[in-house]
Amino acid sequence: MGHAKSGAERPLSPHLQIYRPMLTMMMSIAHRVSGAANAIGFLLLAWWLVAISMGPEAYAQVSAFFGSIPGRLLLFLFSWSLIHHMLGGIRHLIWDTGRGLDKVSIEILAWATIIGSTALTVLVWVVGYWLKGAF
Amino acid sequence: MATALKRVRGLGSARSGTETFWRQRVTAVANIPLVIFLILSIVANIGADYAEVRAYLAQPLVAILLLALVINAAIHMRIGLKEIVEDYVHGGAKVVAILLATFFAAGVGLASAVAIVKIGLGS
Repeated sequence: MGHAKSGAERPLSPHLQIYRPMLTMMMSIAHRVSGAANAIGFLLLAWWLVAISMGPEAYAQVSAFFGSIPGRLLLFLFSWSLIHHMLGGIRHLIWDTGRGLDKVSIEILAWATIIGSTALTVLVWVVGYWLKGAF
Repeated sequence: MATALKRVRGLGSARSGTETFWRQRVTAVANIPLVIFLILSIVANIGADYAEVRAYLAQPLVAILLLALVINAAIHMRIGLKEIVEDYVHGGAKVVAILLATFFAAGVGLASAVAIVKIGLGS
């Protein structure tokens, strides 16, 4: 209380590297990583909207990028990240009501988020390619 | 002395934790239907030419929902990025990083919003 020197060697609480990796811990990290990744995705959305507002030439450029292999890969990862963060967020909202915090429920919710986000992302892309007439 | 210094350095409770917590939840709930709408909008416009995409985005309801999305998401993103910064960056770099996160969220949000309005007004 008021006597601690800054820079003094204090004991630190154990952090990530000390624990055995667990699903719920990985999901917590995934929620944060996908949230940060969505920031990059937001930048892509802004680019797309601004290009459309500017005119056909700018739109052609952005379309060419999103149609390319790196562009499609980026969009696929963004859509996965977005859906994963959304389902992970719904999981958090359920927890906020005080429900689903027991050991069995957190495992079920974690798996539901992983499987749900992957399945929904694949579904979105299959529907997208189908609408485009790929099959 | 210690308390005054703590206040100057911004340590301890900022007394706005509950407000930030609640704002993150409100924007999270609002984001659910808005993000679903965005995904459906993009999928529906795959392969569309410039005039078609522009006509789609110029519809008032589409413009309103997308405007709501980018404003809402920018607020949500700013809270989230600030939280990440506060966990990993310390000292003077923290202040710079929070400023950058804030400018990024505001910049991306405003650029998107102006684009949506411009498309909606046909200008």
